[in-house]
Amino acid sequence: MKHIIIIGGGVAGMQCASELAQQGVRVTILEKEADTGGKVKNWHKLFPTFTPASDVLSGLRHKIAKADNITIKTGCEATQVTPNSVRLASGEELSCDAVVIATGYTLFDARIKEEYGYGIYDNVITAADLEEMFNKNDVRLADGRVPRRIAILHCVGSRDEKVCQRHCSKVCCVTGVKQAIELKQLFPSADVFNFYMDIRMFGPGYEEMYREAQQKYNVHFVRGRISEVSPTIDNRLQIKAEDTLTGRPLKIGVDMLVLLIGMRANDMNTTLETDSGLQRQASGFMQPKDAFLGNAESNVEGIFYAGAITAPKNVAEALCDGATAALRVSDWLRNK
Amino acid sequence: MINFGFSISRPRVIDIDRNNLNKSKEIIAEMPELQACIGCGSCTATCTAGNLTEYNFRKVHTLVRRGEYQGAYEELNKCMLCGKCRLVCPRGINTRGVIMLIKRKLGDF
Repeated sequence: MKHIIIIGGGVAGMQCASELAQQGVRVTILEKEADTGGKVKNWHKLFPTFTPASDVLSGLRHKIAKADNITIKTGCEATQVTPNSVRLASGEELSCDAVVIATGYTLFDARIKEEYGYGIYDNVITAADLEEMFNKNDVRLADGRVPRRIAILHCVGSRDEKVCQRHCSKVCCVTGVKQAIELKQLFPSADVFNFYMDIRMFGPGYEEMYREAQQKYNVHFVRGRISEVSPTIDNRLQIKAEDTLTGRPLKIGVDMLVLLIGMRANDMNTTLETDSGLQRQASGFMQPKDAFLGNAESNVEGIFYAGAITAPKNVAEALCDGATAALRVSDWLRNK
Repeated sequence: MINFGFSISRPRVIDIDRNNLNKSKEIIAEMPELQACIGCGSCTATCTAGNLTEYNFRKVHTLVRRGEYQGAYEELNKCMLCGKCRLVCPRGINTRGVIMLIKRKLGDF
């Protein structure tokens, strides 16, 4: 029986595993963390339908549990990859007939944009922190009070060559609008201001959600990047930006600032380039063999990609990618 | 006193904390569709008054929403209510209705 190793047990890897298992090959998922689920397991609800992230994960886990030819190895970090073997950090080497790399992305470290005060001021949080608060049903300020005015800043660590991230992370706009709605649902009398550069509502239902945020939830949208955040004497946050649609500088005090941190390429991608001969893009994400007809293949025969390893992607796209990679792998095995 | 020709510039900053947002909130509550503006500028591009004067409806209503009412009423007086802006608005905002509403709310400014 052919054996495929999938590196990464996030949604793309899990989807790929369950599709491959149905085609009668033996699959091993290598997950470096203690549990599968990747970034999605820390998320509360998914745009634009507000589907609980846990629903998606339990659906995938259910499919995987039904298959008896999938092995999940958690706490396993892959250090070296060839089409026929994967070496683990423990030194163990696993042999296989093909590899699917589904290691996803790394969240941008908001502390690098020091001017926004993440890690310096109490009530500056990231979108990921806010999802954790939603999960715990505990959205509050550091001192326990309820926020009355909240700002959400788009493009933190995206479209910013000062932090070496020129690409658009694509999902943050939609997440920012989703979180604005969720905050308004929790605190109807609070004012929510989204500071954006462009609003990129690229998917079905996204634009409609944006309009709902504007019109139904009265979320304020200000076009302009926040230049700096500073504390006020009453322990709030003072924000400066340009309201570019009126051409005037703008100042506003808020209780909470949510930074929509972007997706950046994993550090491990450089190792994949040097040790496995895989091509990387300028953004640091891996380069698929072809943008159209070979989007699940790498430039190395027998190594495939699924999910946000090749570019920022949303959950639905990562799931599609997982299935696509499974098809390409089985095609390749058949024709080998 | 000797006049050296210096003067104090008024700050141009829009200070949301100092601005009185009550009128703005009333306007948005009465016509929530105004918040759906995506700032495309179609209204201003098609505006006859805007082509002949500095009148810019997009800018005026955005400033009003931020609590900057000074001069808005006078600006809106340049509108001839032809309604071309309403025909082109991609978000379907009743722009002429908005103009009438803002003028009604800010009449005492």
